[in-house]
This record gives sequence, C-alpha cells and structure tokens, in this order.
Amino acid sequence: MNNGLAGITLRVNLTTGEIRRLPTDEELFRRCYGGRGVIAEILYDEVPRDADPLGPENVFIMNAGIMSGCFIPAGAKIEFGSISPLTNGHGDSNMGGHLGPELKYAGYDMVIFTGMSAKPVFLYIDNDTVELRDASRYWGMGALDCEVQLKKDLSEDFQIATIGPAAENGILFSCISHDYGRQAGRTGQGTVMASKKLKAIAVRGNRSLRVHDLDALTKQVSDVIFRTQNHPNMEPWQKYGTAFFLRWSNDNGVMPTRNFQTTHYEHIDKIDGDQLIEKCLITHKACFGCWMNCGKYTKAVIPGKPEVHLEGPEYETGALCGANIGMMDINHVAYINWMLDNAGMDTMSGGGVIAFAMECFEKGFITEKDLEGHTLEWGSIDDVEHFVDMVTHRRGIGDWFAGGTKRAAQKIGKGSEKFAMQVKGQEMSGYDGRWAPGMMLSYMTADIGAHHNRSWTITVDMAEGREKIEGRAKIVVYLQHVRPLFDSLCVCRLFWGELDITPEDIIASLNHITGWNVSVADALRTSERTWNLTRCHYLERNKAAGRTFDYPPARSWEDKILSGPGKGKGVTKEQVEQMLDDYYAARGWDKKGNPTREILEDLGIGFAAENLKKIGLLGEPIPGGIPPVRGERYKPKAF
Amino acid sequence: MRIKVNRDNCTGCHLCRQVCAIRHYNEINPKKAALRIEAKFPDPGKYRPVVCSQCGKCAEVCPENAISQNDIGAYIVDKEKCINCGECVAACPLGVVFQHPDLDHVIICDFCMECTRVCNTDAIVKWDKGGAK
Repeated sequence: MNNGLAGITLRVNLTTGEIRRLPTDEELFRRCYGGRGVIAEILYDEVPRDADPLGPENVFIMNAGIMSGCFIPAGAKIEFGSISPLTNGHGDSNMGGHLGPELKYAGYDMVIFTGMSAKPVFLYIDNDTVELRDASRYWGMGALDCEVQLKKDLSEDFQIATIGPAAENGILFSCISHDYGRQAGRTGQGTVMASKKLKAIAVRGNRSLRVHDLDALTKQVSDVIFRTQNHPNMEPWQKYGTAFFLRWSNDNGVMPTRNFQTTHYEHIDKIDGDQLIEKCLITHKACFGCWMNCGKYTKAVIPGKPEVHLEGPEYETGALCGANIGMMDINHVAYINWMLDNAGMDTMSGGGVIAFAMECFEKGFITEKDLEGHTLEWGSIDDVEHFVDMVTHRRGIGDWFAGGTKRAAQKIGKGSEKFAMQVKGQEMSGYDGRWAPGMMLSYMTADIGAHHNRSWTITVDMAEGREKIEGRAKIVVYLQHVRPLFDSLCVCRLFWGELDITPEDIIASLNHITGWNVSVADALRTSERTWNLTRCHYLERNKAAGRTFDYPPARSWEDKILSGPGKGKGVTKEQVEQMLDDYYAARGWDKKGNPTREILEDLGIGFAAENLKKIGLLGEPIPGGIPPVRGERYKPKAF
Repeated sequence: MRIKVNRDNCTGCHLCRQVCAIRHYNEINPKKAALRIEAKFPDPGKYRPVVCSQCGKCAEVCPENAISQNDIGAYIVDKEKCINCGECVAACPLGVVFQHPDLDHVIICDFCMECTRVCNTDAIVKWDKGGAK
C-alpha cells in the first residue's frame, strides 16, 4: 500500500481467543481519516446501544491512523477508543511515545478487541507473530512496574502499553500507560481494557511504510524541521514542556485552585516549571520523531518515601494534582503523579477526584472516621497517598470515588454535586472556565465530557473578551473540528498550536502520504462528520435531549472567583444558556441540542437521523435552514 | 570525519534513525538505520545514542574483504561482496553493525551526517576531528 497504511487490521476475539488478520478497510480510513474518526464509526456500527461499557459487548480499539510513523512532525500518536464507562458515550483517548509507529512497522493499522477473556492475557505482536499470552503473573502489577517486567521478559525493544491495579479494580477513570509515563488517560480506556482482562499490549516490528510521494514528503518535512528549529517558542518548549504554562495560567487567572474554588494559586512558585527543572529533571524525553521533546523525565525525592522516577508532571497534572489540591512542593506533585501513573489512574480525573474529596472533607461531608482515621487536608502528601490507596482498592468510602466526582457526589449528597467539577461524568481539565467563557462552552459541549483537547480557548477568550460571549460559539465549533482532526490523523497538535505549523501544512503532509489530494475544508468536514456521529451515539445511548447533558456543575455560575486577577468574575446562568443556544445554532442543531436531519444528511450520515428519529431525539428543522459552513476559522495565539 | 555524541542531550526521538533509513534506502523504516539509541528506564532514566567510532574491527574480521575505509574515515560495505555472514556484527564493540531481513548485506554508518542535521539537541554532532577531509 502506498498510502501510509500498514495494510492489516487485527480482530481479536478475547472470548474465544481467535485472532483474524483482515486487509485494512481503506474506504473506512478515507471516509474518517483514521484514529478517532475510524473508532467513532466502528463503535457506532458495532456496539449495541444498551451494552454495558464494562461488558463483553463493548468493543475496544487501538488505532495508529494514517500519519503515525510516517516521518511527519510529531507523528507518533496512537488512539484508543471504546464506549466510555465514565460518560456512557463514545470514548477515546490518545498518547504519544513509540507504540503507534511500532504497530505500523509491525504491519498493522488497527487492532479491534471484542468479547472478554476468562483469564488475564496480553497481546503479543512481533511482526507476523500475533498471540494472546497468559498474563496471570502480571495481573496486579503497577502499570509502570508491569512495563519494566515485560521488557525484561520479552526484550527491551518492544513497545508496550499496560494498565494498573486501579483499572483492574474497576476505577472508571483508569488510563493506559506506555513508555514509563505516556498515558492515554481520559474516558476510562484503561478500565475497559481491564474489563476484558487485557493487561498489556507488546509490539515489535521492522517493516517499511510506503507513502504516495516520499520525495515530496521528505522535502516538506525537512523544511518544517529546519524552520521550526529556530522558532522562538522552541526553547521554552524544549526546556519546560507544558509545565511552562503553570505560571502563565496562574497569571491569567484560570488556574484551578482548591477544587476550582478560585483561579489563582498563591504558592505557584513552589510547583511551577522552574521548580520542576531545578529540582526534579533527569532528562528531556521526546515522542517518536519529535524534535520538540516536551516530555520531562523526572524524579521525586521526599524524605521518608522511596525515590521514584516518572514522566511529568506536565501542565494538566501540575494544575490538577498541584494547585487544585493545594500542594506546596514540586516533589510532592511529582510523587502524586507517579502514584497515579503506577496505580493506572488518569492524573486529570484523579486530581479532580482528590480535590473534590478534599473539599468534601473541608466542609465536613466526609470525616476522619470515613477515612480510616486519616485527614484529607489541602497540600498534605500523606493524606493524598492514603486516600489514593483507598480509592485504588475501593476500600471503605474509597469505593464511592471509583466512578469519578459525579457518581461520588450522588453517594455523598448534601449538595456536593454543585462542586463536582465534571461534565457528562468526566472531570474538567486544568483550566477554570468562569473567566474564560469559550473554555466553559468547550467543556460543556465536548462529546467526551469536560476535556480541553476537544477545544481550548484561553487565548481566544483573552483576545476576544473574557466577559463577553458573543461570537464565541462559532470559534468553539471551529476548534472542535481542528483539534480532534489531529486525533483522527494520529499526530500531535502541539506543533500547530505552538510552532505555527498550519492546518494547510498538515493536510499537505496527508496528501503526500496518501495521494488523496484533499483540502483543509474537506478535512474539517470529515472532522465535523465525526463530531456529529459521536453526538448521535451519545444521545442514542443516553436517551434524552442533548441539552440535558451539556451543563457544567452549578459552581460555574453560582460562585464567583474568590481571588487573583479574576476576583469577582464569573459567568451567569443566562450566559450559559445563551452560549448553548448560540452553539446549537452554529452547529445546525435544534434548541434542545439535538442534531437535525438536514445537518446529518449534509454530512453524509443520514442513517444517524433515522436512528435518532426512532427514539424521538431527531432535532426539529431549523427555520431558515442550517448554516452553510459550521464554525469560523480562527488561529488562537500560542501564548 | 566522525560523529561526536553528547549522550545526555539525547531525548530518544529517533528522528536520526528515520532520516538515516530514508536517505540510504528511500524507505520509512528506522530499523534500517546505521545507528541506535539505548534507553535506560526507569532507572537511571537516560538515553544514549550509539554511533560508529570507526575502530575498524568490522573490516578486520570480514572474511570477504567487503568492508573498507574511505577518504573521510567511514567503513563502507561493498554490497556485492558482502555475504551477510554476521562476523562484523559480532565483532563490533558498540553494536552498531546492523542486519535487516529485507537486506542481503550489513548496515554500517557512512557518515553522510544527515542524522546530525536533524538532531535538535546536539546529541549527535558532526565532528571534523583533526581536520580530516
């Protein structure tokens, strides 16, 4: 194949142990561009709407897409997807590292897991050799520890994905871990993997990938390499990685602090990027083929605790396991990062859950008696360590938090759902949206819950007005088409955001690889198609009008920001409602947030309109019709 | 002409290995590269690029006299003469003579320096030792 694809798709039936090798469906990749897009369509087609996300009917997919491994900027992503146990909708999450390219060098574009194994197994891929092997001896191991052991047992040159005990114990926000610190963290993909008794995936390959025009691709990419080597943003990225933004976010009043009570952390200088580099850095660490090396491999040294090595904390972990839980020492933040990594929990939802529990403790909703005699004070590493252990093993009230903040608030009651900082069951990323309304809208409307990677608007809000909502919805719609496009192509978006690689550059690479000759507009339309498909899928599974699911917790409009540059600011409920109206109009959906037949047919997914109609959730026709183009092109400033 | 290694600078991105294979085989396949990167994780947590040091052991042991040094100091494999026996692979003290199932000859660095051009952290640097040509 001369289109970047490796050529083979594996279907692994974990119930029967049967492994089938099928030619990769090129039409499917052409239609959806791979990664998240292909996953969305397979899940829509194959998972029964009433299937338990943790049951045998859920389908778990690993997809390396078209561009991964093909010598393009930051082309090293691999996408995982299944129905999310956290949101009960389409779920996907990706990670960098080396696994995506290695899978393709082994000859495979995608692995589709169905069913459920009776005993723990791992998938072993060494070029043509594909086997399910016994993983009994690895079950129970930490995610990082398991990678060490598998490399010892197989060979150092395997690329490995693992899960940890949190996933095995059914913690709904568990991640998939790779390369000692790269995680596909969101939407509980690790939990789904564990439900299928799939402990790990180990891959090694030495095949060549063939592309449409290697000379043109090599020339274009070489130009990009030499151009970006001298970009002014390269130096801070290489030095700090995303931790650079901790201070920036704090200075701009969006830092989630003590469970999103305020947006400015007074101790930021104890946990920021400078502290990380000065106190913790071991080495800079890159994903495959990326010359920006934003990964920081570090150590956490705390008297009385073992020295641990980890990757991070990156921005999100620094914010959510730092400021958001009141930590005052970078070593403590790093240690928590390591704890969650090895337990196999998403550090973003994990930080959100710890913060929520801390506020519950502060308010007296949970007590020392509930916590086996321990306290849960802001900034206490020992308290956090004990609490995480309770959650990982679902001991006592640890069990209440196993399903994330939304489900924990249902157990705790007392109005705690007001400050369970999640949307659709998934915890918010490390930005408070009260003084960044576009960010708030992004959280509200993201198909996988409150995740920043569907649309990130902090610099948009700063440029366009932080207390103004007019025009914001159209930009959010555009960004929701651009950012997830990278997840379909399986390339990192950071080059676009930070090093001025344009969507045109990326699509030019795509054309050199595939020969498709598509335009940016075509690509955005493909991304929009996927966005609408996952929305329909969500509605078909959750069976209520879309708007029902698109609200943030009431803290978002009831509580104003307590301190810092954003003191006293906040969105109102009316603004929240208005933003939803604007957003649905910009998308061609009705006021209830349901997609209309017109938009679905326009995007070539009329079959979804039929399915929505059957359950009474097809949007009412829009007077005057849908907008001819959805979203308004916008280039957010880097920072 | 040699390659100087600043081992602590390596980030393990393997861009060097990608461009090496593209340059020499016109293929995207880092497993055909003429250099390797050791990764030691989680402890101590370091990468180390390993490149040919031009020690000449490969040429010494070659039963076919298929390896000879050129005027910039690189050991060049005569692809016609090489029988892919692997003697040089075993003899290389740094483990930088490679074989690949697609190829019927061994792979040794020819010091084209393409890898040093793309390395963004100066982990591998073109080194004109003692003014060699």
